[in-house]
Amino acid sequence: MDAAKTGILVIGFGNPGRLDDGLGPALASRIEGMNLPNVTVDSDYQLTVEDAAEVARHDVVVFADADVGGPEPFYVRRLRPSGGTLSFSTHSVTPAAVLTLARELFRSEPQGFLLGIRGYEFNEFGERLSERAVENLEAAATYLAAALRTGRIEEIRADGDLPRGGSAKS
Amino acid sequence: MASTKQKRVIIEPVTRVEGHGKVSILLDEKNTVTQARLHIVEFRGFERFVQGRPFWEVPVLVQRLCGICPVSHHLAAAKAMDWIVGGEKLTPTAEKMRRLMHYGQTFQSHALHFFHLASPDLLFGFDADVAIRNVIGVAAKYPDLAVQGVMMRKYGQEIIKATAGKKIHGTGAIPGGINKNLSIAERDVFLKDIDQMLTWCRGALKVAVDYTTANLATAAPFGSFDSNHLSIVRKDGSMDLYDGNLRAIDAQGKKILDQVAPQDYYKVIAEEVRPWSYMKFPFIKSIGPKDGWYRVGPLARINTCDFIDTPEAEAARKEFMKLTDGKPNNITMAYHWARMIELLHSGEKIRDLLNDKDLQGTDLVTKGDRRDEGIAIVEAPRGTLFHHYRVNKDDQVVMANLIVSTTSNNEPMNRAVQKVAQDHISGKPEITEGLLNHIEVAIRAYDPCLSCATHALGRMPLEVILVDSTGTVIDRKRK
Repeated sequence: MDAAKTGILVIGFGNPGRLDDGLGPALASRIEGMNLPNVTVDSDYQLTVEDAAEVARHDVVVFADADVGGPEPFYVRRLRPSGGTLSFSTHSVTPAAVLTLARELFRSEPQGFLLGIRGYEFNEFGERLSERAVENLEAAATYLAAALRTGRIEEIRADGDLPRGGSAKS
Repeated sequence: MASTKQKRVIIEPVTRVEGHGKVSILLDEKNTVTQARLHIVEFRGFERFVQGRPFWEVPVLVQRLCGICPVSHHLAAAKAMDWIVGGEKLTPTAEKMRRLMHYGQTFQSHALHFFHLASPDLLFGFDADVAIRNVIGVAAKYPDLAVQGVMMRKYGQEIIKATAGKKIHGTGAIPGGINKNLSIAERDVFLKDIDQMLTWCRGALKVAVDYTTANLATAAPFGSFDSNHLSIVRKDGSMDLYDGNLRAIDAQGKKILDQVAPQDYYKVIAEEVRPWSYMKFPFIKSIGPKDGWYRVGPLARINTCDFIDTPEAEAARKEFMKLTDGKPNNITMAYHWARMIELLHSGEKIRDLLNDKDLQGTDLVTKGDRRDEGIAIVEAPRGTLFHHYRVNKDDQVVMANLIVSTTSNNEPMNRAVQKVAQDHISGKPEITEGLLNHIEVAIRAYDPCLSCATHALGRMPLEVILVDSTGTVIDRKRK
């Protein structure tokens, strides 16, 4: 991605009332506070179909979410549009499905990345993050802020990994 | 179980803030269904979580309960807290701003459910290839319809943002009123698009009506059964989603209770606990737990009200009632039709409110004699929502009790699961994904929102387990 271009969207999603499930919105809050140029920040409890309209207006989209078992402290994974799923109760859609809807409905194919931040506590009510989750959040925020400033977002599989391609630079 | 081998089929989606539920179906060696249940893991910790918190924080805190209908909890809690501060008689601006927020919420929620969750089944068929039977498939084959769903949802969300202050975790409704009015500029943004929204509402209603009438032979018995119905209604019997008194009718339309004030809900409603479910089973006290269960939500509301006070929705209601000769409609799949009538009603209400100058008023808050108890009911998109709080002299919450709509629909959803399992799965030589989807179709009609759990990345959405009579798992499939 060219840094001179406008149009990076960061969406943090999760429920801040369920402990580490709030990692996504917490990251969004951190990034929003930096007032980075060309970066739009949004957050919500979960992704839903109308997010496709906003996603379609951007060149690059970073979906930030808590992860219950992924690598520590976080990972970044390139996303491609993919098919949807349907269950009996969920009203949410996956980041890949949002990208697909953006493509199908609005003829837009932004580059998508999933930033998964490892969390540990999810099963209680409480508006706080666990200590380890806070550390992971700091690492993820530091990484993403630098990436957004330089305009290079790359895949990171685990802590200490060097970027393995998947550069957002097109 | 007498048989030596039985199969347990489990449909187990784990969702984000909506909660955790699964379906278990027990089959004997001949694939005869011996038991079918919907298990909902309801996390009741919230009622403890708010204890000790200042009461004025509660309308904001309760939005953490649910990512799908936070506004319903926000408004129900605010209405309850109105009683605490003696401000239950709101100023016109405050009440109309709250109503606009509420109809915006209903509008976006019903649009999301219909286009995202229901339309794939209705447009492609219950047995259609799972690869296309989803919102992506709808987007590919019916792009205009899918765009309408997305834009209607967005419109409702923007109304919430304008009235609640934020898209999530809004602060608009406060004890005794509201903290902002609607500016002329905000109003004009919504007025510009309201005619388009109403056109799309009519189109969505037509899809639901056409589907139901064209498939009536199969839709009418699908997961259907006679039941009681409950909602709030206005004093003149009109549908009112924001405020009113309780009314319950039986399957033939006879009133069981009527015009019961929300503050007396506990005199007419009780909750039963069953050992196999975390979620309670509410019932009407005068009838008892065996037969006192009831349905809530769009179908119940259309059945309980005498009329709807917006012209197009009222015409649609009359057409709907013709299907059952004016008697209550007990067809589970008719929830979709009823929901689209309410979508149109919400659109009409939004239009009327946007044209009301009271939204630009500046008298936002009222207060009176302080009380230590507050009870309120709203009709959330999925049904009747009860909030009940007690506070101490230090303004701390000491008791909270919530009955959410999915809890009221617990027994009906279980009955729907049992009926569909018996009618469509029992005795079939092979249990296909399409057959299992029939179960989900019946549950989806209720638009359940299994509040209070969480998931994040990395959980498995569906599991099918084969166990023998000793409980040993002999096969397991996941998708």
